[in-house]
Amino acid sequence: MNISESSLSDRHNAASTADIPLSVYDLTVAYHRKPVIWDVSFDIPPGKLIGIIGPNGAGKSTLLKAIMDLIPKASGRVQIFGKPYQKNRQRVGYVPQRESVDWDFPVDALDVVTMGLYKEIGWCLPVRKKHKARAMEALERVGIADYARRQISQLSGGQQQRTFLARALVQNADLYLMDEPFAAVDAATEKAIVQILQEMKEAGKTALVIHHDLQTVPEYFDYVILLNMRVIDHGLTADVFTPENLQKTYGGRLTLLEEATETMRRREQSL
Amino acid sequence: MRLFVMVFLLMSLCPFAALCAADSAGAPASQKSITDRSISLPEWKDWKRVFFLEDYNTRIVILGTTLLGMSAGMIGSFALLRKRALMGDALSHATLPGIALAFILATSFGLNGKTLPVLLSGAAISGLLGIASILLIRNLTRLKEDAALGIVLSVFFGAGVALLGIVQQMQTGHAAGLESFIYGKTASMVASDAWLIGSAGLTCMLISICLYKELTLLCFDEGFAHSRGFPVVLLDMILMGLVVVVTIIGLQAVGLILMISLLVIPPAAARFWTEKIFYLSLVATILGALSGMIGSAMSAIFPNLPSGAMIVLVATSMFLVSMIFGVPRGILIRKLRRYQLNRKVDRQHLLRSIYEYLEAHHMLTDDTKHPVPIADLYQMRSWSLAALQNIIQRARQEDLLQTVDGDQVRFTDLGLTEAARIVHEHRLWELYLITYADVASSKVDRDADAIEHVLEPEVISELETLLTQQSSTEILASPHTLQIKPGNSDASVPESGGPDS
Repeated sequence: MNISESSLSDRHNAASTADIPLSVYDLTVAYHRKPVIWDVSFDIPPGKLIGIIGPNGAGKSTLLKAIMDLIPKASGRVQIFGKPYQKNRQRVGYVPQRESVDWDFPVDALDVVTMGLYKEIGWCLPVRKKHKARAMEALERVGIADYARRQISQLSGGQQQRTFLARALVQNADLYLMDEPFAAVDAATEKAIVQILQEMKEAGKTALVIHHDLQTVPEYFDYVILLNMRVIDHGLTADVFTPENLQKTYGGRLTLLEEATETMRRREQSL
Repeated sequence: MRLFVMVFLLMSLCPFAALCAADSAGAPASQKSITDRSISLPEWKDWKRVFFLEDYNTRIVILGTTLLGMSAGMIGSFALLRKRALMGDALSHATLPGIALAFILATSFGLNGKTLPVLLSGAAISGLLGIASILLIRNLTRLKEDAALGIVLSVFFGAGVALLGIVQQMQTGHAAGLESFIYGKTASMVASDAWLIGSAGLTCMLISICLYKELTLLCFDEGFAHSRGFPVVLLDMILMGLVVVVTIIGLQAVGLILMISLLVIPPAAARFWTEKIFYLSLVATILGALSGMIGSAMSAIFPNLPSGAMIVLVATSMFLVSMIFGVPRGILIRKLRRYQLNRKVDRQHLLRSIYEYLEAHHMLTDDTKHPVPIADLYQMRSWSLAALQNIIQRARQEDLLQTVDGDQVRFTDLGLTEAARIVHEHRLWELYLITYADVASSKVDRDADAIEHVLEPEVISELETLLTQQSSTEILASPHTLQIKPGNSDASVPESGGPDS
């Protein structure tokens, strides 16, 4: 696509894309020479909870990181409410994977949540009382205000996850990108996060959530993106969360698992 | 909070300013201390000279190294949290060829090769080249960072040693003294050196105070910082630049081999005393200042000892004290907590065993407190008899139990109340695990048996609300069958149970 064409299509899309929280066009990302995601394109509707599902190594985290320019794109383009990520960064809240940081770091839960406000506070300026109060509100919202002053390694996994969620909430974004918020959390935390997602949705916010537990997909998400290097399908959960699509998404691995089980059974029978 | 740091810094500046005023009077003062021999014993005179900062050169050297220690402690805190401490070590070793080359070049142009700014510029250039080589090796090959560090550190240091050999053979060279950069020698420092070191160290501190928030975020969560639009690469370069400057200005006093210690040891020691990054950097700054101050003072008292070694020894002794006695992360306090927790667990196991024994034998229904044979308790858990006796002894001291006839125990009022509470909490927790088995079995964060002994009141109330189908005030029935033979106790006491029944 040459330059004049791309600017033409920009102008053509300008009116409609401003309402679309996230549009991904032909996104390809490669590590070394191996593509991780390949020609991924999709739009997501506003005010919905959207699940990204796919097997390990399908490129789910890579997709989120590429959307936020954390890793270089091999090709393709991403728009947040009709603009490039750099121009609309303030409207995006990011909840990274819990394992991505060292939890022995000498800060408490409130400090971590306050980090969500650092950009707003500005370079070199100190954190003020009003910022701490806002961080405290966010901690209350996720239900762990009692643990605000606890060093983060002394929080349980669920509380750590809620701290990360609060750090994104405090920013009051319109689109939230969450990397496996339900991974290895206790039942109470899972319920709390689901409730917060619902509240976000009622407030007109959009959340794009990487999710692993297929059983809860129809219950949690309005809309799903099935990813395995490519987008297998995307759309309303009721329409696209079908056995055929799951077979396509997880296909190779499921078959392999079935074969392994079959072999095991045959071996057991022969003994 | 940052005001504290500013005040602390200003306070540290005061003697420096006083020194500045005394600059002109300084030179005669140092001569006076040499001629003035009659005041006291030589040893006492040496101590006094250092402690009361009588001698101008001692004073300025001590102040210079103090400021150096402060800045190294503060910058080192961030470097340590960013896990870049060893980068500082490779950097300092990589400065040696630069120092030697700077000397050779300056001398061949007819300049005095031994002036500090010349040598340090050389050091900075080759140090940066060293870092660049590390990054190149790491990014262009599949070698990991530790291999790259090892290669660059040894190759640059080797080249430096070879160049020093050449310097020694130069006709023009008054080369003696360059080796002091390897081990550190404060004795060779003059006032202008201390000025350079002090002001550079202070600038580094001011920059890191200004970027306190941003550097913290960089060290904690680089990905999030990036997503929020912070220039992560630039911040990383600023931090590395601060490490470079502090390392370079420390070469003369501490030496390039030991410089890493002044960057790493103060923050590592400070980590034992605090869970807050602000206090970590503050304590590291203070420990760094003390290391620099005391180390160079020791070196002034014992002139034959290299100052670098002295500074490191002082820092190390502070580290050892912190590691052992530090609260809340030192070894002793952690052992003590472990010990207290074990005792608490033992006591809870004992009380729960007695309670469940009574329950199984229907002895809880009336108000009388029935005695329980110790031999039966011994069978309920996998504890040794000696350990059980010990636990019972402690419970008696806490007025939870009474012994009856030497081989049976009985609850006191306090003991029964406590036991009821413990059993209640234990069963709540078990019930929680069972109720949420579908989700909890794989997702409960910590080992169930370990956590029930540290349940906090808010967790207990949370459990109670979660399990509303159970009345929260009365003791729950155990959700699983207990390992006690129920009912007719006389018949069920096993033969191995001991002499009593």
